[in-house]
Amino acid sequence: MADEAGRNLRPLTLHVPEPKFRPGDAVSFDDMVFPEAGSVARPPVDADPSTLRDLPFSLIRVLDPEGKAVGPWDPRLPVERVKHMLRGMMLTRTYDDRMFRAQRQGKTSFYMKCTGEEAVAIAAAEALHRDDMCFPSYRQQGLLIGREWPLVDMMCQVYSNAGDRLKGRQLPIMYSVKDAGFFSISGNLATQYPQAVGWAMASAVKGDTRIAASWVGEGSTAEGDFHSACIFASVYRAPVILNIVNNQWAISSFAGFAGAEATTFAARGLGYGIAALRVDGNDALAVYAATEWAAERARTNCGPTLIEHFTYRVEAHSTSDDPSAYRSAEEAKNFPLGDPIERLKQHLIRLGEWDEASHDALQAELTEQVRAAGREAEKLGVLSGTAFNHGFETIFEDVFAEMPQHLKEQSEQMAEERRAAGV
Amino acid sequence: MTTMNMIQAINSAMDVTMERDNGVVVMGEDVGYFGGVFRATAGLQKKYGKTRVFDTPINECGIIGVAVGMAAYGMRPVPEIQFADYIYPGLDQLISEAARLRYRSAGEFTCPITVRSPFGGGIFGGQTHSQSPEGIFTHVAGLKTVIPSNPYDAKGLLIAAIEDPDPVLFFEPKRIYNGPFDGHYDRPVQPWSKHASSEVPEGYYTVPLGKAAVVRAGEAVTILCYGTMVHVALGVVEASGIDAEVIDLRTLLPLDIDTIQASVEKTGRCVIVHEATRTGGFGAELSAQVQERCFPYLEAPIERVTGWDTPYPHSLEWAYFPGPVRLGEALKRVMKD
Repeated sequence: MADEAGRNLRPLTLHVPEPKFRPGDAVSFDDMVFPEAGSVARPPVDADPSTLRDLPFSLIRVLDPEGKAVGPWDPRLPVERVKHMLRGMMLTRTYDDRMFRAQRQGKTSFYMKCTGEEAVAIAAAEALHRDDMCFPSYRQQGLLIGREWPLVDMMCQVYSNAGDRLKGRQLPIMYSVKDAGFFSISGNLATQYPQAVGWAMASAVKGDTRIAASWVGEGSTAEGDFHSACIFASVYRAPVILNIVNNQWAISSFAGFAGAEATTFAARGLGYGIAALRVDGNDALAVYAATEWAAERARTNCGPTLIEHFTYRVEAHSTSDDPSAYRSAEEAKNFPLGDPIERLKQHLIRLGEWDEASHDALQAELTEQVRAAGREAEKLGVLSGTAFNHGFETIFEDVFAEMPQHLKEQSEQMAEERRAAGV
Repeated sequence: MTTMNMIQAINSAMDVTMERDNGVVVMGEDVGYFGGVFRATAGLQKKYGKTRVFDTPINECGIIGVAVGMAAYGMRPVPEIQFADYIYPGLDQLISEAARLRYRSAGEFTCPITVRSPFGGGIFGGQTHSQSPEGIFTHVAGLKTVIPSNPYDAKGLLIAAIEDPDPVLFFEPKRIYNGPFDGHYDRPVQPWSKHASSEVPEGYYTVPLGKAAVVRAGEAVTILCYGTMVHVALGVVEASGIDAEVIDLRTLLPLDIDTIQASVEKTGRCVIVHEATRTGGFGAELSAQVQERCFPYLEAPIERVTGWDTPYPHSLEWAYFPGPVRLGEALKRVMKD
């Protein structure tokens, strides 16, 4: 139809993304086509980013369907280190299960599991140096477990109890462990990304040898902080690894609302001239290899690397979420990249280094380890609205290095009012 | 009339305005198919379609910036920021753009957006799910700030906000979404259905912006409050037997100073309650205005009962929350002489 100016123009339409499957839908991921394990070339770590433009659209995979490690990205790890990763992933899942139950039992307010994504953090912890600095999101508890940080300390944080070094201030799972190179977690999304770049820049300014790594979910790449991190990392060739954990869902929003319909998340690196890899996030050996490559690149002043880990969020976003309201339960079962623990287990079995009996024995040992840690942590209390695990005066500590007068007055006022009211 | 909780009332306000005006669009993280993490937009996408109720990327700057652009086109966007604690990446668009668009273009471009956002504590949300940032916005010239305290007001105020020709921050006290809360965290929660203000008309009505409500008439002292704190104040007054006048501000800016002034001139005493931090908080503005207008009538210093000047703690939430103990003590002090 002609408009007022007599032009015959078509009406515009707005595209709003829609995921393929909703609750109750039968799920088939047949259209997800991945390169075969071993088929992606491994460039030298000092390769110019302009020669790496195919990698963001591919998928680095090491474990083939039978569990054999194949191709140039096979990190050829000693079997003991592979077993260490398997143990770390199993311990992470066992810990998650226990803490999730603790939340359901009313012992804390909140919890977040990383089920299905264990390889992303555990393999990174294995590949990085122990003193490299991590700026995680809230779903990389595996970094602490991979670095063998005591479970009791983590549980005390989740319980906000008397043993919580953070004085009960932070929401459960928002750990801070400087001694494990683990930055204080923020609930605000992607804020850690430019901070990791800044830490890496400082390390370079000082002639240090340590590098930084950060993690965000694919949903959080939409935040402006993501751009801030990439532009600074690119401009200063910061020794940093920027990980994107693409677990397909940001609460109820599928990856399409972060741009996945248009391109891959790894491809974001191209516009910044940052080397970018796309990795099978459920393949611990592939995650290890990609992290090792990026770390070596950073350590030799070749600049930052962006790594997209393609994986799946098997469980709810958090204990406050119910995914059955927005996605098909079949997705997790049918996800074509399988389960990271199961795949590494098959690999070890194929090597003749593992069997069902040794797996069951390890699981029993880890279950007992977590149970024992849980008992110890709970001796120091659990979260409760009526029994306070930290002195009221701690509310006013650490706002500043030195407490200003107004906070001293407010602290006194609190004590006075409670005394006067007899509580 | 039907019984609604705060969520249902807020949902109904968007439903009613979307029905009346096809320029009203709802946008934000998880608001579409899922209907919002607090379910405030449940059913709206199904009813009005994906181009009027849509999920967004996780980018608060984008959510508000896009809303400003849609408003410039002539629509009435109602963006949701999932928690007020996450609004800060959008501040440039709100403070530098939305608030000043009418002024800097001399009315050529306007910005009738309503930013909805759950705020406040009392839910063990820790420092990133508990903040009360309203004082940041009342400090900005060009923004209106509205905070309801019950389902009836929530619906009427939200409709008025959406129809308002200028940008409105609509902060929803998430602690009272499902029932009023008097600050006694150790007692069972009452549902809204037992409260008269849960009687909400199904259709269109407005509660005008800029008008406070005297929710309890009294002679002895004026309590100024809004949101969750209205219920804390009413609970304390009932328990103390003090004949206090409780004023629910409902709109912080523009402020209904006439209602406040009349009350303080009558009672001669004033206690201000909010959950936000104290220094430079909205209570400071209220205290200044009451002092400026009512000085000859004041019989005691104005008291402020507020959150402490610290980040919101997780496990010590009930020591931080300005609940019945603190308000009770403040009332004793102000009534002393």
